[in-house]
Amino acid sequence: MVETTLPLMETDEAAVTGTTTANTLVRVAKYTIVKTVALFVTIVVGVYLTILIANMGGHVDKIRRAQIREGLAVTIGLDPAYRHLTSAERNQLIEEMAIVEEVRLGLDRPFIVRTFGFLTNALTLNLGRAEQLTSDTGSKLVRLILLERLPPTLLLFATANMFLFFMSVFLALSLSRRYGSLLDRAVVALAPTSAAPGWFYGIFLILIFASLLGVLPFGGMVGAPPPAEPLPYALSLLKHLILPVTAIVISAVFLTIYTWRTFFLIYSSEDYVEMAKAKGLSSSMIEQRYILRPTLPTIITSFALTLIALWTGAIILETVFNWPGLGRLLFRAIGLYDTPVIVGVTVIYAYLLGITVFLLDIIYALIDPRVRVGEGGRRV
Amino acid sequence: MTRLQRVFRDLARYPSAIVGLVIIAGLLIVAVYAVISIPYSEAIRLWRGGDEVVRENPRNARPVWANLFSRAELPRTIVLSSRDGSAEKSTEVLPGAKDVTITFTFDFPYDDFPQEIIVFFTAQYAARQPHVEMAWLTPDGRSIRVGDISPRWSDAFRFALDTRLVRRLGGQVPQVALFANPDPPPARGGQEGVPVPLKGTYQLQVSGLVFEEEGDVDAQLVVYGQVHGLGGTDHRRRDLMVALLWGTPVALAFGLLAALGSTVTTMVIAAIGVWFGGAVDATIQRITEVNLILPVLPILIMVGTLYSRSIWIILGLVILLSIFGSSIKTFRAIFLQVKESPYIEAAQAYGAGNWRVILHYLVPRIVPLLVPQLVVLVPTFVFLEASLAVLGLGDPVLPTWGKVINDANSQGALFNRYYYWVLEPAALLMLTGLGFTMVGFALDRIFNPRLRDL
Repeated sequence: MVETTLPLMETDEAAVTGTTTANTLVRVAKYTIVKTVALFVTIVVGVYLTILIANMGGHVDKIRRAQIREGLAVTIGLDPAYRHLTSAERNQLIEEMAIVEEVRLGLDRPFIVRTFGFLTNALTLNLGRAEQLTSDTGSKLVRLILLERLPPTLLLFATANMFLFFMSVFLALSLSRRYGSLLDRAVVALAPTSAAPGWFYGIFLILIFASLLGVLPFGGMVGAPPPAEPLPYALSLLKHLILPVTAIVISAVFLTIYTWRTFFLIYSSEDYVEMAKAKGLSSSMIEQRYILRPTLPTIITSFALTLIALWTGAIILETVFNWPGLGRLLFRAIGLYDTPVIVGVTVIYAYLLGITVFLLDIIYALIDPRVRVGEGGRRV
Repeated sequence: MTRLQRVFRDLARYPSAIVGLVIIAGLLIVAVYAVISIPYSEAIRLWRGGDEVVRENPRNARPVWANLFSRAELPRTIVLSSRDGSAEKSTEVLPGAKDVTITFTFDFPYDDFPQEIIVFFTAQYAARQPHVEMAWLTPDGRSIRVGDISPRWSDAFRFALDTRLVRRLGGQVPQVALFANPDPPPARGGQEGVPVPLKGTYQLQVSGLVFEEEGDVDAQLVVYGQVHGLGGTDHRRRDLMVALLWGTPVALAFGLLAALGSTVTTMVIAAIGVWFGGAVDATIQRITEVNLILPVLPILIMVGTLYSRSIWIILGLVILLSIFGSSIKTFRAIFLQVKESPYIEAAQAYGAGNWRVILHYLVPRIVPLLVPQLVVLVPTFVFLEASLAVLGLGDPVLPTWGKVINDANSQGALFNRYYYWVLEPAALLMLTGLGFTMVGFALDRIFNPRLRDL
């Protein structure tokens, strides 16, 4: 924790002494706005591509047509004015009204025009009803199903990545100090283990801790039945979090430490570090001010790439651990061929990836004093 | 050639690279062996052939080497048939009928009970089915009546499903009751009352009456063991070895093709961007940024669910989605330096066109960087294929490692303690991952001397 808060405060201090605080704020705000717009465009493009792929065989149109008919059937069924009709007449009426409705919604228009109509719906997660799946509250609305699954996914992912980040920064820094030691060489040797995704280690962890030792649960988010009191609930949740979080961390930690330690080593061979040593500054001071701070932007960029890869892995990790999040929802939707949910999950993952990158960009802006919009602010 | 030799000499200095190379070589040998020993069509038949192909295999049997880890020797499957001469068959012709006797004799030296006992009959008759009776002879001389059946053309007598037999054996399942020692030696520290198998020579006598002169009856006894082959079997009696062997060429081909396809295209695109600069470069950069946050796996899943699960379509899509990968930025940084080199200027001076410069002067310069990248990427794609298979979106025809894990997971293999089922494909995946990454890391240090000391 100390490592990251310190440079943040220093940025502010530097801002006060160097330029004015207002100036920095303007710069960061401008950067943020540009990034927000760029990100939004990116997400729109991503969602649009998703729709194009999904609708290539007319799948989305089929969903919408079914939706229209279902809506009409309910309206006509409930309307006393139509009660005297036979079911054949009623079906004919529904069919006629559905055609009118399709024209109104533009389903008769060319494919490309229609996809744009669907884009706004998808961006607002207004994806209609699921074909098979329901939310825990019994709703069939895709939006509700997705929003219900979002918190568990965020909880798992955020916890795991917090651990990953701070553990990696701390260990990488201490390894760069003890360069060439046994521990250092062990981490280098273990770096190739990151070739396997989290779910893969998840299987081994379940095997060891759930099946062989029986100390931790096989999967799920809380014990069954869920404890009613908040404290036992939290404890049960914590117990169920251990294995999936460990799996995510193991799958990325060695490579991350290895890469970041290399960054630290590169930066600690800079002349100004030698200078600081010559001045007789304490090694913790040198580490925090002269090594960690200039390396952090590079580390954030590298972390963004790691996170993107981890999001992908999280889908299957949730399946393996029966974690009731978006990944498992996607898995179940695949099994049931529930197209609206599959499209919905894809859209929400586009959002999540985009927001992850966005948050890291903001952190980057706060950390890197060189951020100037439009002139090579970002180094990769 | 000298350059390649130099690379190998450099690689030899890294112990991890040598281990990696040995692993890769081993996998390649397995892949070639798999394709040669089990031809494609045979692999498909063995994996998807249905009951006929696998009926002699036990269900969820551990691999044979599981015996190394347990004190008790688990039984193997015993298959005897009157057709291939492994069982004695004698026929006595009576007026208008035939008396057929089939005797199965086998040795049972194991410390545990078999999984299941089934006798498969094949009968030939025009109108009236033959009738057979079965008797079980134990090594200590007891004779137990098993039951009788009038087999149709193809029939099976499953000991455990015959309620009369189970009742006669006092409610104990036949595969235990028929092999149990009626008066067990005093248990050595174990619990009392747990049945212990009696070792020795058992016999099953099948005596049948065929009511037609042209008719005949044949029988096959299968005493299903608890271990099978080097790979064990799954819940559908399939030999896992088929999937493990065939998964190797599939995984390697997928990984290598995807890695090659994506790195080469990425490199060419980066070179084009740098060379033309301006709007082209900017467009490529923006596409890369969009592509970076595209949810690749959900998109692959969507395609897998809605269109095709063929591994080759997925491969094409994977390459397509990774063309504008994050490595474009790395390549770009290097191309930007290379672009300013004097030899590029020289090439332009003698009149080389844009494409000639890109393909003959820029791209080759970056190959040293490409090789480690490519090797490191292979496991990523191998695991991607496995991930899709684990989600149930594996190739519908080919047996792959991921599909084995998927089956194991959906059958609760870890919960039911069928560890071999998960560990075998997982070990192969891990080996592939480690092998390629170790070599890739070493290559990276060799080709990027900046990293050599770190």
